[in-house]
Amino acid sequence: MTDDRPHLAVIGAGPAGLAATVAAAAHGVRVTLIDSAARAGGQFYRQPAIELNAGRPQALHHQWRAWERLRDALARHVEAGCVTHLTDRHVWLVERQLERQAGGADRNAFTVHALLGPEQQDPVEVRADAVLLATGGYEKVFPFPGWTVPGVLTAGGAQAMLKGTLAVPGRTAVVAGTGPLLLPVATGLAAAGVEVAALVESADPKAFARRTRALAAQPGKVAEGARYAAQLLRHRVKLLTRHTVVQAHGDDRLEAVTVAALDTDGRVRPGTARRIACDTLAVGHGMVPHTDLAETLGCRLDGTDVQVDDEQRTDVPGVWAAGETTGIGGAALSLAEGHIAGRSAAARLNGTEPDPRIWAPAAKSRTKLREFFAALDTVYAPPARWTDLVTDDTVVCRCEEVTGGAIREAVDGLGAGDVRTVKLLTRAGMGWCQGRMCGPAVAGLAGCELTPSRRPFARPVPLGVLARAGEAEADRSAAAPPDVLPD
Amino acid sequence: MNSPLDLADAHPGPAFTVTLDGRVIEALPGQTVAAVLWTAGVTSWRTTRGAGRPRGIFCGIGVCYDCLVTVNDRPNQRACLVPAHPGDAIRTQEGTGHDD
Repeated sequence: MTDDRPHLAVIGAGPAGLAATVAAAAHGVRVTLIDSAARAGGQFYRQPAIELNAGRPQALHHQWRAWERLRDALARHVEAGCVTHLTDRHVWLVERQLERQAGGADRNAFTVHALLGPEQQDPVEVRADAVLLATGGYEKVFPFPGWTVPGVLTAGGAQAMLKGTLAVPGRTAVVAGTGPLLLPVATGLAAAGVEVAALVESADPKAFARRTRALAAQPGKVAEGARYAAQLLRHRVKLLTRHTVVQAHGDDRLEAVTVAALDTDGRVRPGTARRIACDTLAVGHGMVPHTDLAETLGCRLDGTDVQVDDEQRTDVPGVWAAGETTGIGGAALSLAEGHIAGRSAAARLNGTEPDPRIWAPAAKSRTKLREFFAALDTVYAPPARWTDLVTDDTVVCRCEEVTGGAIREAVDGLGAGDVRTVKLLTRAGMGWCQGRMCGPAVAGLAGCELTPSRRPFARPVPLGVLARAGEAEADRSAAAPPDVLPD
Repeated sequence: MNSPLDLADAHPGPAFTVTLDGRVIEALPGQTVAAVLWTAGVTSWRTTRGAGRPRGIFCGIGVCYDCLVTVNDRPNQRACLVPAHPGDAIRTQEGTGHDD
């Protein structure tokens, strides 16, 4: 079957990727939606495995109606042949080539390289005229003594396991750290039958009062916060603000955490430590964008965020980005950005200049939500002196088991002033996760900003796959290639 | 007490069994290896290469590689991503998983 419509590859099936897919498919573009999960939704709308046969998955979710609209629109476009949804594809690289056309003009051609999951051994390639990166983000956790004890996990991880597999890590949990994610995690675990002994938030409630105007500009968000507060009360979850976890206790398994109050400078106040028995600590200090694919494509970043213009275009022709990868801002912002990116890509792939008025409502909510999250960012902050908690024997790099002491020796003794030098001297960030987990902490201990680490591939790739990655190119020159090339 | 399965009104197909280090444990269709192990009360299934310390789920979404486990003699599988299948032989992974 021939199809003359331009072809857009959307990477990531979370809120941004789904909104983009639906918007582009409705406006004359063929879309291949590529995602690592078995079902669409991303982290925010993560769905229980289909075999679990959940009759009421919405009990684990917020903003369910927005999800239903996206899910149904996606299904319609798949049915109509406008969208191909490729699940279980773990993208490790997006390549951009310039193809010389008959008329002499160059045009963009992209190859998306993925591994077929969950084993991630077999390669899959997708060819497209443009790509839209909606790769989301992941959680940041600053280290403290005991954070490697089993039973300590990220707040988002506890939520992902609950939403995706309907499993909980234990019977009694403490939810701790900072940020808006902690509220749904605490209420979600409580609703699923876990006793939540405390919600430990390092932010100061007074900081919210100081930002009232910016925060009240989003009445929906204020109401959401009030609903969480009511749920915490109903589940009798103790809320400890301006507190932090200073230590997790246990040998093979978590037994308790010690929490303590913080002073106005972010230091632990002496004499305030208390022990809370628990078998689970769900902890998080905010989010970091996934930018590996954008970096390899050469997209300009602003700090850790992919830089985009008003149309959500990166500075690389043919590459759009939307959602958390362009800056952490939550699901509603991702939906707005995804919609704009999808409309822009559809127009430009069809050779027309888009009129921004077609996405004016989305642009308006994008502006407001970015302001809202900028204000939230000033309120939700990890303890200013979190590095004080990192003792010399606290493991900082979980993969390579590099301690705080080794990193301090590299910084103070050997003069390392950036994450890369610390890595070369200590191996911190050289392991399986490639520094995704320890990067923010190593940057903090080295006294520098967290910068993207320019990983050539977004995930580990079997050497055999890498060796054969170019082979399809030769075949392509011989025959007209299909868009999806199974290996 | 509510369970997450009750909360989501889940009615999975019949349970099946897998083994963890030879011990038979129950699993539900659709569960990942990590979910099966959690449900059996197990929170660690790997020891680190250096200090031999126990590890289990940390990020829960496939980013951190802390939950590596050996499934059917294949080491370094991410328990948070890999679905459990009937008869799977799950083994605690020591170090790189290639030593034995």
